[in-house]
Amino acid sequence: MGKEKTIAKPLSQNKSLIKQFNMLTDTNKLLTITIIVFVVMYICAVIFEGKGFLSPQALFNILINNAALLITACGMSVVMITGGIDISVGGVVALVSMSCAVYLDYHGGNVPVSILIALGIGLAFGVFQGFLVAYLDIQPFIVTLAGMFFARGMTTIVNSEPFNVTNESFVALKDTRIEIPFIGTYNKRGIFIPAYINIGVVVALAVVVFFFIMLRWTKLGRHFYAVGGNPQSAMMLGINVKRTRFISHVISGLLAGIGGYVYFMYVGSGSPSNAQGMEMNAIASSIIGGTMLTGGVGNIIGTLFGVMTLSTIKDIVASAGLSDPWWTGITIAAMLCLFLVIQSVVISNKDRK
Amino acid sequence: MNKETNIFKKIVGNQLFIPLVALLILIVFNLINDPSFFALTIQNNIYGYPVLSGSIVSIIDFGSELAILAIGMTIVTAASGGQDISVGAVIAISGSTMLRALCGTNPQPETLRTSIFVAFLVGVIAAMICGAFNGLLVAFFKIPPMVATLILYTAGRSIAAWINENRLPMIYEPKFGYIGNFIPGIPIPTPVFIAAACMLVIALLHKFTNLKLYTQAVGINEESSRLNGINPKLIKFSVFVILGVFVAVAALIKVTRISTITYSVIAKDIEMDAILAVALGGNSLSGGKYNVWASVLGAYVIQFLTTTLYKLQVRSDALPAYKAVVVIILVVISSPIVRDKFSRISKNLKSKKTENGGV
Amino acid sequence: MQEGTVLEMRGIHKSFPGVHALQGVQFTLRKGEIHALMGENGAGKSTLIKVLTGVYSKDEGTIMLEGHPGEVTIKSPQDAQNAGISTVYQEITLCPNLSVAENMFIGRATSGKFQNWKEMNKAADKLLKNLDIPAQATKQLGNYSIAVQQMVAIARAVDLDCKVLILDEPTSSLDEQEVEKLFKLMRDLKSRGVGIIFVTHFLDQVYAVSDRITVLRDGKFIGEYTVAELPRLKLVSTMLGKEMDDMADIKEDKNAVSQKDEIPVLEASNLQSTSGIKPFDFYINKGEVNGFTGLLGSGRSECVRALFGADKTLGGVIKIEGKRIKIAAPIDAMKRGIAYLPEDRKNDGIIGDLSVKDNIIIALQVLEGFFKPLSEKEKNKFAEEYIKLLDIKTASPETPIKSLSGGNQQKCILARWLLTHPNYLILDEPTRGIDVGTKVDIQKLVLKLASEGMSITFISSEQDEMIRTCSRLIVMRDGRVVGELTGDDISQSKIMSTIAGE
Repeated sequence: MGKEKTIAKPLSQNKSLIKQFNMLTDTNKLLTITIIVFVVMYICAVIFEGKGFLSPQALFNILINNAALLITACGMSVVMITGGIDISVGGVVALVSMSCAVYLDYHGGNVPVSILIALGIGLAFGVFQGFLVAYLDIQPFIVTLAGMFFARGMTTIVNSEPFNVTNESFVALKDTRIEIPFIGTYNKRGIFIPAYINIGVVVALAVVVFFFIMLRWTKLGRHFYAVGGNPQSAMMLGINVKRTRFISHVISGLLAGIGGYVYFMYVGSGSPSNAQGMEMNAIASSIIGGTMLTGGVGNIIGTLFGVMTLSTIKDIVASAGLSDPWWTGITIAAMLCLFLVIQSVVISNKDRK
Repeated sequence: MNKETNIFKKIVGNQLFIPLVALLILIVFNLINDPSFFALTIQNNIYGYPVLSGSIVSIIDFGSELAILAIGMTIVTAASGGQDISVGAVIAISGSTMLRALCGTNPQPETLRTSIFVAFLVGVIAAMICGAFNGLLVAFFKIPPMVATLILYTAGRSIAAWINENRLPMIYEPKFGYIGNFIPGIPIPTPVFIAAACMLVIALLHKFTNLKLYTQAVGINEESSRLNGINPKLIKFSVFVILGVFVAVAALIKVTRISTITYSVIAKDIEMDAILAVALGGNSLSGGKYNVWASVLGAYVIQFLTTTLYKLQVRSDALPAYKAVVVIILVVISSPIVRDKFSRISKNLKSKKTENGGV
Repeated sequence: MQEGTVLEMRGIHKSFPGVHALQGVQFTLRKGEIHALMGENGAGKSTLIKVLTGVYSKDEGTIMLEGHPGEVTIKSPQDAQNAGISTVYQEITLCPNLSVAENMFIGRATSGKFQNWKEMNKAADKLLKNLDIPAQATKQLGNYSIAVQQMVAIARAVDLDCKVLILDEPTSSLDEQEVEKLFKLMRDLKSRGVGIIFVTHFLDQVYAVSDRITVLRDGKFIGEYTVAELPRLKLVSTMLGKEMDDMADIKEDKNAVSQKDEIPVLEASNLQSTSGIKPFDFYINKGEVNGFTGLLGSGRSECVRALFGADKTLGGVIKIEGKRIKIAAPIDAMKRGIAYLPEDRKNDGIIGDLSVKDNIIIALQVLEGFFKPLSEKEKNKFAEEYIKLLDIKTASPETPIKSLSGGNQQKCILARWLLTHPNYLILDEPTRGIDVGTKVDIQKLVLKLASEGMSITFISSEQDEMIRTCSRLIVMRDGRVVGELTGDDISQSKIMSTIAGE
């Protein structure tokens, strides 16, 4: 099977494409599908919903609106690739934003310390949950479920009322726009308006690049895949399975902390209802991005596309005039369903051989 | 001596040990904190009927939905090796369907369009369809249950709102309220009877069918079950449909308690509690062998904890934090690794004692 | 430690709840020798290996390695690797979602935190080529057959610059050519001074490559012998702990039934399944024992799986006692009195966490139907009856089957099917991976059942077992039936030539 040569003949080009596709690793198969779907969907959006989707700023807005989700989804992907799950991330994001808000406004704190608070909370959750999952061998679903309950409850204990943060240096940071040279649009008067992003997007993209490199080119990254693929085998191959699992949860916790701060910069307020359902959006993004919940398969670039796909669907639904509140939920679910079925078919196709 | 340790081991090793100990701790705690917790009084309710009241009654009353869900969740877990996280959302769908059947498009009807029983049946069918959808994805598309049910989890409440076009139907028919509260003349809350009926049903299913053997076999080793003549796909599919029935019963209780529905709040986070009940009962969340009674006990323990926390003046939105701490403590002490460590330590202590005794 | 010794284990003790698995076992491995570790199932071979590789921690005893002063402690497989001990297990212990090259290099104590793909792929391809393994470094491992995966595992172990190489039943999923390749590899490594511990159930293979034999029995060390000291017969009796007058006595029992002109118990024509075998014809008479033979992967298991409905059939006709029937799923076959003991005991046979009792009654229970559960009393009666009848060694009927030894698990599966009183019993590799004593028991049982009128199809990788038990052999090659042997034609040489197609 390995010796098969794929020579593209003009007549059977389709076949050879399929063959080449089948020779890919599972991770790359799912990644290919994700990217194709995103591109097709975006083109449809442009065709049917108008040029609004075509401006560079529209693309950047997706990133601006979803920077926090992207960061937490990266953490989720790492945990899922290792064969676990972390449903505490939404709660941690809410707790981080509330704690930072209270610290900045009620205790007259400063921005650097508030960042440290965010990282500290995320790290604490990651370390504690990771310890329970990896070293006490408790199911990750239960541990992080309790983590979510705890974080949500703590958020209201820290402060039960939503409020906007007025700390000046924070507001300045929050409103910082980073203009992108040479990319932008001309308005009606012909004045060039450069496209912009914010700090959150920079952080999110840095996270994506960092973890893409980590998963692909470091030994630790490959260990995540091995443990997710088959933990028993991974142990026999000499990998420290417990430590690897532990680290995956620490990463997810830490990224939830970072994501929490980015979210905080985006909304500029503390509220118990912040980041409601974010864990499910993160899981959905990872799955749409080609990460399998069964572990061992996934890619951070896919997660990036997963987040963008999810967001684009929401935009399409909104601009298609389906303004009733239930349509977003139903469309996202339908999309998720579609992807799950595709994954299932693609992977089981290979099993049959 | 040896016999004693054996009995001790048997008790500690029993699946019911952890939930029972948790229950005991809660009871003792409440006894010390405020013995009136256990007071049972007969008071007239707002309709003027004498009914039982007290914290214990409210635990057994409000634990009903959770216990019913825990039964279904245990069986789903056993056969599929995963959990259904859409039960809360499906309660919303099923409840919304029942109200739609009763009200039609008029949110506050003078007379009901159909009998309550027919409305309940419609709700059951709706929940079974949801279960069948989940079951289809899990059994035939081989999607892990948590992921498959994520779909309805995401969409369920939206669908529920859509069914009634986001109206808020109210039912003024008093009989409807009897189901979720009290039947005049009977001092015990009706949901308790419904929960008991569900337990009876599952007990009969265990006695007169091979449900347990089949679900366990499929959960442990799907391929070998198939080669022994079991249809694993059918079993996996069926457990989700069965869960659908239990979900509909829970939905009936939920909507009859308040005679209306709030799409985004009804049965919120109940899936988490139901899964916790299964885990608390010592059942493996990765499937296989199970004990449904341990899950039911787990459900009431969770309700007991909730009520205790309310009694301690914990705000309802802060409740999850305390619950989480208790859950973590429970799972840590019930984890095999920790138990193993403990037993080794106690063994060492004992052997030292006997050594000392010998000298 | 003596000069020239690479590994010495002394006084090793290991207990599990209820079992004293190793009781003061010793083992000595010299430089450049192939040392067979022999014993029945449950003798403690696997436990000893797992202690040595750090999967289990020992309770007592010392392990010494060349180049390490004093005792060494091995706490994890990683420790074992670092100490120069590498292992290839019977079950593939690789990650199917990673590439072939990654599987060969991951988890190894090399410097640096980063992964150099180019270099790794180059090294992997070179090694694969050297060992003549048909796999590409960059492809996903899961895309290859089990045999190739096994060879990748060996390539990994070999490259690990090891002093001690443990091969724990590495040949059970390899065909003869592949086994030969492996032997060549073993001899090559031996000449380079590697000490090899070889665990196998195939006696032929022991004498083909080994220098020395250590025998364990019931968790105890029985003795260490050179191959010359311990001829085949003596080895078997040492392992069993009793004198055995060969297995020749079975042969006498072989009954020449199969009268012609009767309606076959089961007849299939042009049967084809999704597993890729060519359409085939088949029949079996009452009281007959026949068998499928051929190299591994020749389609012998696939044929019986098609008969039982384990693989989906695509076409063809199955008749039972002359009547045409449809078999869409195993349950249809079971209802017609067909029973099938699958090849892969662990994945297809046992239901691990369920008790011995439930494992025995499950097939009968399924036949009875979903709404007719057997009473506890009946279940206990059946379980105890068959535990006694087949001499299954278990603490109680309630013990989870997974804690039994392989041979006893196999007996439980056998009991499961005997309990359904089948007319036609298919045994696919019933003797694989189980001890010699049980092997003989099963063969005897097959002949006894046949004499009572049961029809049996018997498949085994060990040809002498087939020669002893079967009165008709169907020979397979590359998914096709290529011949049928009966009577005096059933001999080693004739089978070989038919398989080879000469």
